[in-house]
Order: sequence, then structure tokens, then C-alpha cells
Amino acid sequence: MIKTLPVVLYEREMIGMMKGKAWKFGNDVDTDQILPSQYLLLPNVEEMKQYTFEPLDKEFASKIDVGDIIVAGENFGSGSSREQAPLVLKALGVSAVVAKSFARIFFRNAINIGLPVLICKEIYDSVDNQDTLEIDLQQGSIRNLKTNDKFTSTKLPAHVMKILEAGGLIEFLNKK
Amino acid sequence: MGMTIGEKILARACGKDVVKPGEIITAKVDLCMSNDGTTHLNIDIFEKKLKGEKVFDPEKVIFIVDHNVPAESPKTAEVHKKMRNFAQKHHVSFYEGAGVCHQIMIEDYVVPGQLIIAADSHTCSYGGLGAFGTGVGCTDLTSIMHSGETWLMVPETLNFVMEGNFRQGVYARDLILKIIGDIGADGATYKIMEFSGSAVKNLTIDDRVVLCNMAVEAGAKSGLVAADERVIEYVKSRGRHEMHLFVSDEDAVYEQSYAYNLADIEPMVAIPHNVDNVVPVTEIGEVKIDQAFIGSCNNGRIEELRVAAQILQGKKIAPYVKLLISPASKEVYLQALEEGLVDIFMESGAMVLNANCSVCWGGCQGVIGEGETLISTGTRNFKGRAGHPNSSVYLASAATVAASALVGKITDPRGMIG
Repeated sequence: MIKTLPVVLYEREMIGMMKGKAWKFGNDVDTDQILPSQYLLLPNVEEMKQYTFEPLDKEFASKIDVGDIIVAGENFGSGSSREQAPLVLKALGVSAVVAKSFARIFFRNAINIGLPVLICKEIYDSVDNQDTLEIDLQQGSIRNLKTNDKFTSTKLPAHVMKILEAGGLIEFLNKK
Repeated sequence: MGMTIGEKILARACGKDVVKPGEIITAKVDLCMSNDGTTHLNIDIFEKKLKGEKVFDPEKVIFIVDHNVPAESPKTAEVHKKMRNFAQKHHVSFYEGAGVCHQIMIEDYVVPGQLIIAADSHTCSYGGLGAFGTGVGCTDLTSIMHSGETWLMVPETLNFVMEGNFRQGVYARDLILKIIGDIGADGATYKIMEFSGSAVKNLTIDDRVVLCNMAVEAGAKSGLVAADERVIEYVKSRGRHEMHLFVSDEDAVYEQSYAYNLADIEPMVAIPHNVDNVVPVTEIGEVKIDQAFIGSCNNGRIEELRVAAQILQGKKIAPYVKLLISPASKEVYLQALEEGLVDIFMESGAMVLNANCSVCWGGCQGVIGEGETLISTGTRNFKGRAGHPNSSVYLASAATVAASALVGKITDPRGMIG
């Protein structure tokens, strides 16, 4: 059973404090793992999201809770430019992705749809699967509430931050 | 301080004399393209969120149905219908079943010096003609369809200086696999991979496209080769005469340079499940295959088909092995027919498919089952890329794939071509 995302709550809390369980992934998680090709042409993201991370964990979509956080190693989101990859994560309620590094197109796509992406090399080894994390996006700080360790993510360029604050590129352009 | 080709193209695109790596620019886009992998989402964003009424310039927006064509399900047919209707309404160029989007762009649109942005990661292919191509997602593409502009950060450039000539049985495909193996799947993230040196003049346009196409597999924003007489002649022969020819300045600043002698390159194979997991074919050991595929935006052009035909001529593929061949475009297909290559393929036991993305992307045609092994000239060998999550994809040149199809296991093509 896929949980429905309370959109209003999520949008309001997106820029600011986020709290959720960590789901840990390794290095070079490509967008074919996030959403395999055979689901890309489904009519909309709601139909696609149940297949999120299917090659790595068939049950992922039914296990994740709204607000949860993806923690990954190097080069997260490599490969295809499919925007469906960050879209299904957002649709499942993922509040942020924290990785040692991101592939270029995934990073840009995530910002464009208003999914916060944080670059932090240090946190990876200090997080276990299911630890609760708290993120302050404005400060770029991430705290592991189980261990109370605190980490700082790389600051996003001002231009990029403005897009994220608007809730995505289209929202940013519409505002302009 | 001089500039690289990539910096010069971006400077022109934003109307400046000089740009520097790290600078954020607003660039005018010469062409934008979108395929059936994501266009249904673009259209939703364009109509519902952006409330767009028209595209910025219908002649500069191209829609290409190439991923799941012909449609394999009613849902896909709906996606294609949506694209077709939008294209008709907004008078944008529309292709369906004419080939892989990047090959169509190269045949019909790309000229040196352009900035081309498309909703497909292999847009970097156009660097083979000296154009700056880069892939984006559907939100970026939609905003470009609407405004003709986008923001970009000027990337650093890596210089791959090549000398010498390939030995027999070794191709540009082996070189790019070797390079990705050396620098890693994130070895060029956010950067331009420029291919230069004395070897370039001997590389065909197909070779150059093969190199630039896979730049994204090392994370690059674009791949680029300076356009020379060979490119100018090709572009003019296609009826396109306006172009901007840029070369990197002698004092251009590269983040790093790498030297390759083409004579040192051997046939290479990328083993599951990452493109940078590369070994020479001589070290692969015994790997039995169930299926072989020749095609895709990387390796489905006429030169690769000729190489495959040379190996397959008069021979039969191994029992219980399937060989699938999809020419990269209708034009390539017709050329292959004219040269008798399709006869050779079919007599060898191969299935010749329509021009499309086919097995490379695993979305519709020729997918493999649980536990099966594919050797492919496609672009990626990610887990599950060509079908079942528990299947294996090996990447190699058309020569290595054809040789492997004959033997039924991954095989060094040298000695089978002469």
C-alpha cells in the first residue's frame, strides 16, 4: 500500500526544518535503479512511484514514510536524464537527499522540482539505516538524532537556492 | 588567458566575449529536443503549470519518438498521441520511427558552434560535430521550449590528447570505454571532455560522435571535438551552411590533460553493472551470452554496421544465441540495405529491427530475462538496464559483439576481421 502524501504540509515544510528516517544507499546509484526504463512512459508520476528503487528493494515504496531522507554515497543519480527519478522520490514523500556527491543532471532536476539535495561527505559513515535525521536547509546542517552528531553540507549557490525556495524552476519562473 | 571550445560556445550563447569556469550565465539555446522518454511530462508542465501558449520558436523545438517505437502498449500509444497532438498544434518538428533522436539531430540539424539542449543524457553526442550538447530533465526542457533560454554554469574542461592510429579490430568505442575505466563514472562530473590531438584528423565523424556520446557516462556535461574540414564538408553536404567554428586557444586553461596513444588501445569490455568497470577483452575469461545487440545512439551507424557485416559475412551465429541489430536511423538502415549488409545480417541468423533505442534502454524491445546475459553496443550496463533486474549486460564494440554472437561467448574480434 502506497501512502498518500499530504501535499500542503510537505510544501510548507520543504524549506526549513526536515525530520525523517534515513534510507541508506551506496555509490553510483543510477537513475535506472531509482526508476527502471519500463515505467517511464506510464501516464503520470502517481502510477510510477510504486516502482521506486525496484531493482534494489522491491518493497521500498511501501516501506517509506513521508518526510524520510535518502542518504547515499558518491555520484547519486548517475546515468539517464529522466526527471521521473527525483519526481518519484518526491511523490513518495522523501524530504531530502543527502549524498557524498551527485550526478549533474539528477542534481539539477531535483532542484528544478523542489526536492532538496545536500552534498555532505562526512555524514555517510555516521548514519545507520533508519536513524532519524534532522536537516536545517537554511543553515545546511544535518543532525543524527540517535548519535547527536552534527554535520554541515556544502552551501548551494544563491541562484540555485532561490529556485529551491520558490519550490522549483517553474514556480520560480512564474513568480518572476 | 585563452578559452576552450566549450567556453567559446557558451560565451557566444550568452552574448559575452569571455566566460570563465564557475560563472553562471543565461544562455540562448539554438535548438531543443525532447523524446518519448519524458515529453508527456513536459507537455503537462507546459500546459498546466507554466500555462504556456506557444513555444519560443517552432523551428527550434524538435520532438522525436524513438524510445518505445512502435508502441508496445496502449499507455505508450497514449504518450505518443499526446506528443503528436502537441507537435501539430504548435507546429514543432516531429519524427516518429525515423531513428534514435541523436542520430536524427546529427543528420538533420546540428552545426558546429551551436548550444543544443535536450531532455536526454546522451545529447553530448553533438560534440562530435563541434556543437555543445547537454542533457537536462523535463522541467528545464519545458522552460527552454517556452523561453528559448536557460541558466548554465560554465564548466571546467578536461583535455584528452590523442595521437597514433587504432590497430586492426580496435575502434573509438574501445577508446571511450578505456577512458571511462581510467577516470571513473564520476571522473568528469560537471565538466567538458574535450578530445584533441594529432589523431583527431584521422577520426571519422562517427568515431567522434562515439567518443562524445559516452562523455556523460563519466558524468560530463558535454563532450567536444573541434570541427574541422571533415565536419564542415559533412554539414554542408546536408544543406546546412551557417556555422560557428571554434578551436581552443593555445593558452586555454584545462583542469587536467590526459594523453592516449590509439595504437596502445585494445578491445575493451565494460562488465556489469557499471560503465567504468572496464577490462580488456583478453582478460574477461569465459562469459557465455544469451543475446547480442548492435545499435543505439553510440554504435548503430553505418561504419559499425559495416564492421559487424565483415565479421558475420558467410557465417552463422551460435545456436541458442540471439543477435538483434537496430540501425540508428532510417537513413542508416537504407544505406545498410543498399550495401547488402542487411542480407548478411539476416543470413547469419540476426533479427534486424526498426531504427529505435531498442535493447539499449530496455523499455520495450528485445529485453532479457532473469539470469540472462547480453553483450551490447548500447550506452549502459546498469543493473536491470536491458530487462530483468537480475540479468547481466556487458558493453563492447560492434566488432566484439558480432564476434561474440558467432562464438556464443565474449570473444576478441581481432583475427576475425581482415
